[in-house]
Amino acid sequence: MIEPETVLKVARLARLELSEEESARLAVELGRILSHVDRLEELDVTDVPPVMHGTGGSDVYREDAAGPTLSVRDALANAPDAADGCFRVPKVIDDA
Amino acid sequence: MTAPWPQIDALAASVRNRERSAEETVRTALERSSAHEDLGIFLHVDEARALDAARAVDRRALEGHDLPLAGVPIAVKDNLCTREVPTTCGSRILENFIPPYDATAIARLQDAGAVVVGKTNLDEFAMGSSNENSAFGSVKNPWDTTRAPGGSSGGSAAAVAAGIVPVALGSDTGGSIRQPAAFCGTVGLKPTYGRVSRYGLVAFGSSLDQIGPLTNRVGDAARVLTIIAGGDPRDATCSNDPVPDVTEALEGGVEGLRIGLPKEYLGEGIEPSVREAVSDAAERLAAGGAQVREVSLPHTSYAIPAYYVVATCEASSNLARFDGIHYGRRAVASDLATTYERSRTEGLGAEVRRRILLGTFALSAGHYDAYYDRAMRVRTLIRRDFELAFESVDALISPAGPTPAFRLGEKTQDPLEMYLADILTVAANLAGVPGLVVPEKLVEFEGAALPVGVQLMGPMWSEATLLRIGHYLERTRGDLPAPPIGGRS
Repeated sequence: MIEPETVLKVARLARLELSEEESARLAVELGRILSHVDRLEELDVTDVPPVMHGTGGSDVYREDAAGPTLSVRDALANAPDAADGCFRVPKVIDDA
Repeated sequence: MTAPWPQIDALAASVRNRERSAEETVRTALERSSAHEDLGIFLHVDEARALDAARAVDRRALEGHDLPLAGVPIAVKDNLCTREVPTTCGSRILENFIPPYDATAIARLQDAGAVVVGKTNLDEFAMGSSNENSAFGSVKNPWDTTRAPGGSSGGSAAAVAAGIVPVALGSDTGGSIRQPAAFCGTVGLKPTYGRVSRYGLVAFGSSLDQIGPLTNRVGDAARVLTIIAGGDPRDATCSNDPVPDVTEALEGGVEGLRIGLPKEYLGEGIEPSVREAVSDAAERLAAGGAQVREVSLPHTSYAIPAYYVVATCEASSNLARFDGIHYGRRAVASDLATTYERSRTEGLGAEVRRRILLGTFALSAGHYDAYYDRAMRVRTLIRRDFELAFESVDALISPAGPTPAFRLGEKTQDPLEMYLADILTVAANLAGVPGLVVPEKLVEFEGAALPVGVQLMGPMWSEATLLRIGHYLERTRGDLPAPPIGGRS
């Protein structure tokens, strides 16, 4: 139904780490859930449009005017690491 | 100490008239929360802040401000942002998160004079049906502490059922207000999608999520809805249409209303005592002059598979923001990609990771059409079922779950079995229609005396009708006893 290798690939896409043992267990669990989901194939939905909006409403516009926003200080208050008004992260580019 | 809370209109009036102060009212709620600490209801209670807020309400009342909820103590689910007060979503990754703003629904309640006494426990990121997915321990059902309070708004339901507060806010993505209301014997309202602003509600499934009240009485839920409903520039999916005063028609009775019993909601797998509760309620509606007839929602059995595709796809996208960079817990790693992966893996619990994986899979190249696109088409079929039914009836009456409260630990080994428990609530979210749960009776189930509720569903924006029917059922039902723990006697 779903292979442990597929689970590992999906985990990389989702930015989650999985041990081999976890990916094997999740392959079984997700496989069971997906085989239940496969019931949806019993329905012919060729001519049925997908739901695109929660209330079927139209676009919503607002004035393009500046309003109150978070201060830099408030925005950074929860950051695990910040410096000079910015979020600080580990090095992204190799020294070379 | 555990006298039941009066109706919140009366409670607020007594604070405005200075028969009692907001401060003593809030103090009572705080005392009750300490007395019931063992139920695991609250993740955060800040007594000093709550009492300060209560004193501020007393001052505003003295100055003559019109405060419809003056001094009403409320509890709010911990996935609703509260300024300067921790908001964890029941997750390790947000253990230290302190929002810089209030959710719109909370700000509106506070403007009306309500006082937040605490943040309630929930399944992590509102993903669960038993409250057992909280990173901070499970809530116990006040009717039987070996049983689940329901989920994901289990803390909010238990807080009301145990008599700690007269009102709590929850959120409902697939039944997370209605099912715990049924399990704990409280009223629970999921408004129409777009009725209440979602600003400040930590997103799970953005096309499904709605905030709503859990209360002792239908009239209290109606009052709370009048305050939290209505357009908000900060949520473009929230309707700007005027909100009718749903408290006005409450006493209108059910004469002439057409009520449907959806046969798919009363079939196999529904506990006989639960089915009986629905028949009892339907009989009273008929006695009150309503026309009760059987209707069909033929795609009901596809609601669970469609829901678990749509909800997990939306969740996988919404929860991408929890990366350990902007807020929340960060794991130490030497490069950025590993920082993301390790922070998320350490910070998110097993069920949340499972749903993120399911959603990511269903949205990934080669699977999108078979899962997400198909589920969104089936969603149209489910919506059409309701539209067709509402051509011949004004509302539907059904159970809210297949059984009364199940035992803690009973369904934790099998994720699919837990998902299937949501069978009677998810369709309303897929269709966007409102749902109201009203306690009906106590039943014997596996040797315990437990509450059973009935669920009313109606067309989009039909809250006034549902509340009127719910109020009628409540009025003709008689008083229910209080849970053995707590004080709603």
